[in-house]
Amino acid sequence: MAEPEAIVTPIEPAVTTSVSSDPTVIVDNVHITYRVHGSGGSSSSVPGTNAVAALRRIVSRRKGPGPGVQYIKAVRGMSLVAHKGEAVALIGRNGCGKSTILKGIAGLLPPTKGRVYTSAQPSLLGVGAALVPSLTGERNVILGSLALGLTPDEAKERMDDIVDFAGIGDFISLPMSTYSSGMGARLRFAIAASVSHEILLIDEALATGDADFYRRSAERIRELRDQAGTVFLVSHSTKVVRDTCTRAIWIEQGKIVMDGGVNEVIKAYEKDVETNTGRQAGAAR
Amino acid sequence: MTTTDATPPLSELATLAQKYGLEPIGLRPPLLTYIRQVWDRRHFITEYAKARAQALNAESRFGQFWEVLNPLLSIAVYYLVFGIILNTRGSVPNYLAFLVIGVFVNSFTQTSVLTGAKSISGHLGLIRAFHFPRAVMPLADVFERFRALRTSLIVCMVIVLLTGEPLTWMWLLVVPAVLLQSMFNFGLTMVFARLTARVRDVAQLLPFMMRTWMYLSGVMYPLGTFIDRLHAPQWVHTLLLINPLAVYIEIVRDALLESYSVPVWNWYLAVFWAIVVLIFGFVYFWKAEERYGRG
Repeated sequence: MAEPEAIVTPIEPAVTTSVSSDPTVIVDNVHITYRVHGSGGSSSSVPGTNAVAALRRIVSRRKGPGPGVQYIKAVRGMSLVAHKGEAVALIGRNGCGKSTILKGIAGLLPPTKGRVYTSAQPSLLGVGAALVPSLTGERNVILGSLALGLTPDEAKERMDDIVDFAGIGDFISLPMSTYSSGMGARLRFAIAASVSHEILLIDEALATGDADFYRRSAERIRELRDQAGTVFLVSHSTKVVRDTCTRAIWIEQGKIVMDGGVNEVIKAYEKDVETNTGRQAGAAR
Repeated sequence: MTTTDATPPLSELATLAQKYGLEPIGLRPPLLTYIRQVWDRRHFITEYAKARAQALNAESRFGQFWEVLNPLLSIAVYYLVFGIILNTRGSVPNYLAFLVIGVFVNSFTQTSVLTGAKSISGHLGLIRAFHFPRAVMPLADVFERFRALRTSLIVCMVIVLLTGEPLTWMWLLVVPAVLLQSMFNFGLTMVFARLTARVRDVAQLLPFMMRTWMYLSGVMYPLGTFIDRLHAPQWVHTLLLINPLAVYIEIVRDALLESYSVPVWNWYLAVFWAIVVLIFGFVYFWKAEERYGRG
């Protein structure tokens, strides 16, 4: 199917860049299996639920997984090496494990087998809840900057840049709980992108902005790359991948199918999507 | 033979990682490094506490007023039930002042633990987005409670003065008493923050546990007389007397009430609990550092 030279062995640098190509992220045969609680839902949102039931749940938890717990093998043996100055796109269908491996690299999901090695603590930017929903955007910018290790003065200094970058205008003085998910994601991206990261992991965070925000963030990713950072990007948009990345990895059912240059991998992936959707549609009929 | 025993053969990639000095991800930093990292985030802790207080103010019409009104209403209820109906009034010289101190000191620990227990599970957005030592979350929550305590403490002192207690040099002892209790609160909150992060249901049970603890700590009746009436083994007596919540309440009463004095070992115990619980809580929380925000 794919040309043999398109599959690059992970040990060798996938791209030649002007910066030195020391490895920054090494994923060594990682398997990630996670537990899903089938029933119950989140208890934090329901105050005053039955305390006796809660006690029973705590007691029963001691005896291993309950009946509602399922195990999902999201990543089954991935290996890759990323280098300074690389922007690696992870592409694949929904549920293929690309977000899971990103969380694994961030250290948020422990590998059940294998190991992830990094040169620095990676920062993960994903779409999700607001930072501190009850506080204003302004406060969240300050808190986020302080959490990233800036001093109060530095945090105040960068405030305007961050707000401009996020492009959320007057909403900055409203609680973050009033933001749309896109605005929240933009603000978070702006905060995180304001400091330079050795390793930045981005999960669909760019899909939420308008054209203007998109241009600014693509620019920022290229800058981070130039500062010898490594960027991982999960995206369904081939345009984002083509604009920002130097390398693409196609993932299918928790395994790497293809690893190489952006254009070859996207071409092969799109071809596969076309034929497979055709097949599925045919089977459905 | 010894080499294969000691070190399992490294994979090619692990060797590469070693060569370039890459570290395995998801390992917690050593304790001292961790403490330094927390110290570096001290501005986050103070800023967060300030922001939370302002948000609380904005949320309800009376804002921080409830901060004081809440314990005052509890005092009214306890005074009615325990003081008048169960007639505990007679066993203490200045019952109202006695009760007021008990309620305010208890609510400092109670609200610290109840807010702080959710400091990990309630801030997953922040925790997953940025990397920072997680201990700053419970520390920030308890610090916010500490800031709120200033107002309550002033109200408490005013009521005590109004009941006719004289202002003496002993009142200065309130400062070390409150600082020791804060250390204790930090430690205890970190224990429950870790437990709640792992098992959310703990947050449901915690209010009941805290309330039971309050009833056993002599908030609305003198612990001494209660214990004498209790037909229980000696170790139960001892346990009730050295219980940290009772100790912190007793030493504040010792400081503020002229008619009420407690044995000096209460002060030693207050120091002991502050140091032991703070160290235990911090280390216990740190032990699970790499697991917060996962899932």
